[in-house]
Amino acid sequence: MEKKIFAHKDLLGIEGLSVADLELILDTAVSFKEISQRSIKKVPTLRGKTIINLFYEPSTRTRTSFEIAAKRLSADAINISAATSSVKKGETLADTVRNLQAMAPDIIVVRHACVGAPHLIASRIGARVVNAGDGANEHPSQCLLDLLTIREHKGRLADLRVAIIGDLAHSRVARSNMRAFAMLGIRTRVCAPPTMLPREMGVFPGVEVCRTPEEALREADVVMMLRIQLERQDDVLFPSLNEYARRYGLNRQRLALARDDAIVMHPGPMNRGVEITSEVADGSRSVIMDQVENGVAVRMAILYLLGGQAE
Amino acid sequence: MTAETMIMDERGIQMVLARMAYEILERHRHHEKDLVLVGIRTRGVFLAQRLQREFQRLAGLEVPLGVLDITLYRDDLSQATHHPVLEKTEIPFSLDGKVVILVDDVLYTGRTVRAAMDGLMDFGRPKAIRLLVLIDRGHRELPIMPDYVGRHVPSTPADKVKVRLREGDGYDAVTVVAGGRGE
Repeated sequence: MEKKIFAHKDLLGIEGLSVADLELILDTAVSFKEISQRSIKKVPTLRGKTIINLFYEPSTRTRTSFEIAAKRLSADAINISAATSSVKKGETLADTVRNLQAMAPDIIVVRHACVGAPHLIASRIGARVVNAGDGANEHPSQCLLDLLTIREHKGRLADLRVAIIGDLAHSRVARSNMRAFAMLGIRTRVCAPPTMLPREMGVFPGVEVCRTPEEALREADVVMMLRIQLERQDDVLFPSLNEYARRYGLNRQRLALARDDAIVMHPGPMNRGVEITSEVADGSRSVIMDQVENGVAVRMAILYLLGGQAE
Repeated sequence: MTAETMIMDERGIQMVLARMAYEILERHRHHEKDLVLVGIRTRGVFLAQRLQREFQRLAGLEVPLGVLDITLYRDDLSQATHHPVLEKTEIPFSLDGKVVILVDDVLYTGRTVRAAMDGLMDFGRPKAIRLLVLIDRGHRELPIMPDYVGRHVPSTPADKVKVRLREGDGYDAVTVVAGGRGE
């Protein structure tokens, strides 16, 4: 039987992975999709393993997706969220890690507002660590589910044209995706209000920055809209939601500039009427629900490839 | 170099499969409609496909065929230093009340069959599971007995029994490489 190795202790980002690693995770995820269609949606693979979901930022979709993935693999999943934990009582990250270590988890899934928090935890603990989003740095599992969704709909990844439009500066999804797209030979165009462009665009090779969304959308195979973080409205990055919607939002007219068979993606949660109109979000080109479904399969693949390994 | 001894050639495999297909038809003649085939990836699937054609040829019987990947049910995943690549399980029908003919190429320790039975149970409650193997080489580590055996091949644990099938390997042959060094 063919054997391939996922030779990493942790999954901290797309950075550090090879093309072969990405393909192994995607191929494994394809095989896991079938389990979610069975009447008994569970396999015994990670029986007896403990997975802690440690979320320092609010999340429903990602946390639930990791939890379902863990449970379908028969692992014991425990959720710790900052709002209800001793973090509220002033415990430092290092102390939290020490306490978790004592509970002997096999995998810790971490989301944290600070860039590098999962890396810090990984360096101090024997358990395997999965980054479920650190600040504006990386969100590898979201990137992988995006890749799986694109590959399913387009049959390939290389040579596709992808447009990413929206708040790139605050987006860890965009950063992980721009890294992966460059590795896989995907041609990426991005567009954002100038206040929402990352300062470090130079580190993403091959990404073309467009001045208008129209320019980015032209001939695109895949349109990826990013969420406007309404909670950051105080930063005044653009004059008004209305103006943002008019200049950057994806509507039917703008989508017509992309290829006829272009797919529309959004990492959620969506602000309907801001970055995307309801008509497009619910339209026939939208694959947003496929992204959610593929999220479970990709996370099962990640937990399986990390959790099934020998210590 | 160790010698590789031919145990069965293309014609041998073909005859053995035809004989086992007759045995199954005879034993299940009153409820042949309940029969389903499930092949264990990879070579068990090829053998199950051939049996499916035999049932069609001998009795005009259409027997549904499923494909099982046992990777997720293995008992040695935490010991394996790397993973076999997980492939799809495809059993697009319910196993409730069915007589499952579980097909594999070589029966050895019995651990694969144990894993496969666990897997099958997640697809329903079969009336019975019968085990068919092309080669039984002995050395069971679990109490598992095949119902249909192509050939018993006495071996030592150091021997290598190799099944090659045209669908995956380009030609049909069963060979034994005498033990010790192996490959």
